[in-house]
Amino acid sequence: MDSYTMKKRLTQTLIHIILILVSITMIVPFAWMLLTSFKTISEASSIDPFIIFPADWAGGVENFVNVWKSYNFLYLYGNTLLMIFWRVVCAVLTATMAGYAFGRLNFPLKNALFSLVLIQMMVPGQIFIIPQYVMVSNLGMMNTMFALVFPGMVTAFGTFLLKTGYQGLPRDLEEAAAIDGCNIGQRFLFIMAPLTRSSMVSLGIMTAVFAYKDLMWPMIVCTNATSTTLSAALSKMQGQYSSNYPQMMAAALMACLPMIVLYLCFQKQFVQGIATSGGKL
Amino acid sequence: MSRAQGLSRKMSKAQKNEAIWGLAFVMPTMIGLIVLNFYPIFYTIYQSFCRTGDFGRGNVFIGLTNYVNVLTGGEFWGSLLNTVKYAIIEVPFSLVLALLLAVFLNRKIAFRGGYRTIFFLPMVCAPAAVAMVWKFLYNQNFGLLNNLFGTDIAWISDPNIAWIAIGIIGVWSIVGYNMILFLSGLQEIPHDYYEAADIDGATGIRQFFYITVPLLSPTTFFILQTRIIGALQIFDLVYMVMDETNQALSSVQSVVYLFYKYAFTNGDRGYGAAIVVSMLVIIMIITFVLQKSEKKWVFYN
Repeated sequence: MDSYTMKKRLTQTLIHIILILVSITMIVPFAWMLLTSFKTISEASSIDPFIIFPADWAGGVENFVNVWKSYNFLYLYGNTLLMIFWRVVCAVLTATMAGYAFGRLNFPLKNALFSLVLIQMMVPGQIFIIPQYVMVSNLGMMNTMFALVFPGMVTAFGTFLLKTGYQGLPRDLEEAAAIDGCNIGQRFLFIMAPLTRSSMVSLGIMTAVFAYKDLMWPMIVCTNATSTTLSAALSKMQGQYSSNYPQMMAAALMACLPMIVLYLCFQKQFVQGIATSGGKL
Repeated sequence: MSRAQGLSRKMSKAQKNEAIWGLAFVMPTMIGLIVLNFYPIFYTIYQSFCRTGDFGRGNVFIGLTNYVNVLTGGEFWGSLLNTVKYAIIEVPFSLVLALLLAVFLNRKIAFRGGYRTIFFLPMVCAPAAVAMVWKFLYNQNFGLLNNLFGTDIAWISDPNIAWIAIGIIGVWSIVGYNMILFLSGLQEIPHDYYEAADIDGATGIRQFFYITVPLLSPTTFFILQTRIIGALQIFDLVYMVMDETNQALSSVQSVVYLFYKYAFTNGDRGYGAAIVVSMLVIIMIITFVLQKSEKKWVFYN
């Protein structure tokens, strides 16, 4: 028995060692980003000695101030936030309605229409980009909020997700409401929709994180410094600031921080929301 | 008789009512899908047979010329090879490591939640920012990696190493996500299997290979399939890490990178469309092969 507990303890220790090593690997890039963002250029590019901690933390704040000013971070935050807001509103609204219809109602062409939803989910997204760009361009909507939101106005995956959510709800709830004289719209709005809140939250988080991470689309349609998003702005910074690593790290940190804070506050919902996306991110 | 007739008319009225509501509810999504996705599929295919006119306006039909150029020029196949090389790093390493981590975190172990939070962290960061940080870590002269290990590796400008360096960022970014999917798969395996194995005296490692691996195979298949298709669409990391002047670019640039370069940097949308349609065909073939192979090695109860 004693050797058994010994062995168990040894396994536990070994597991912790591996987990800690992986944790360090995950954290080091973040730590290095944070440390570098407070350094001076000469500190960041010094080799002998190799400097780990910045000497003057308060002075490092200047990096953030400079990047904030020269890259209009106020606009970048605003644009990213607004894009996320509109995309989440559009996705949740349209997918909830369509999901309810596909999951609960009978109507002509139902199966044919739903197969379109399934086909869209299987096609790699890059194939839509050229025509979407041409449409935005022809509408004269380049460098606008509309352009950023445009491809995310509806969601096939969200429709699929919500349909599954509605199918899982019991029948008698709706029947009771029907007997009480509720029409289909009222049944949807007051009884069924509130019950799929967790699917809606998952879809919302997934949509938000996807929109936030997207790089190619904002690079294509929003080329102005004041109309673009955080991700796309970072891509421009690369060329112009290529040797000023502290400022680049400050910019990267400012771009990441809001989402990291939100993630730490709503971990459970984030993990679940992103996990249900099934690799679409 | 009249009552039955009345009932049937009433039924059909209710059905008609339901049909109207149903169609109205799916209308926004269906219009959106047609405008944003289905019309674009056909438009992209049409575009791939055209040359973009002078000054980026209009389309001039040129038949299969774009496809001939894409498929006979070395660049497309080179980028496809680069993409496959990236996938060969990202998919197996991130899957095996994620499975290991998930098995560890599925036990009663201290700081489980803490570890999970840390491993999942890259998933909520913009790849653009992640790539910037890694590019700095990889810097040959004053990057952390070379100074930490006392090496002098040209991580991102040596054509033989750069694709591995990008693959490492890919593994780092996705491992926590795969782990979460494995964890939810593990939680579905009934606990009595392990109890029975304990009574039979099977060790932890034997239990892993004889119980966990086969019972987890549906989850593994799902992750494998989505990750292969995801890895074949790699763009952000390549675009952010590799400068246009980087000598290793041609041995790292992916298919989607090439698509972006031709369609949007060079403005040759017809050529870009031919690249993306070719990629679509390849991904469809891979999906089909994977689906066919599913029955062979996925174990369903």
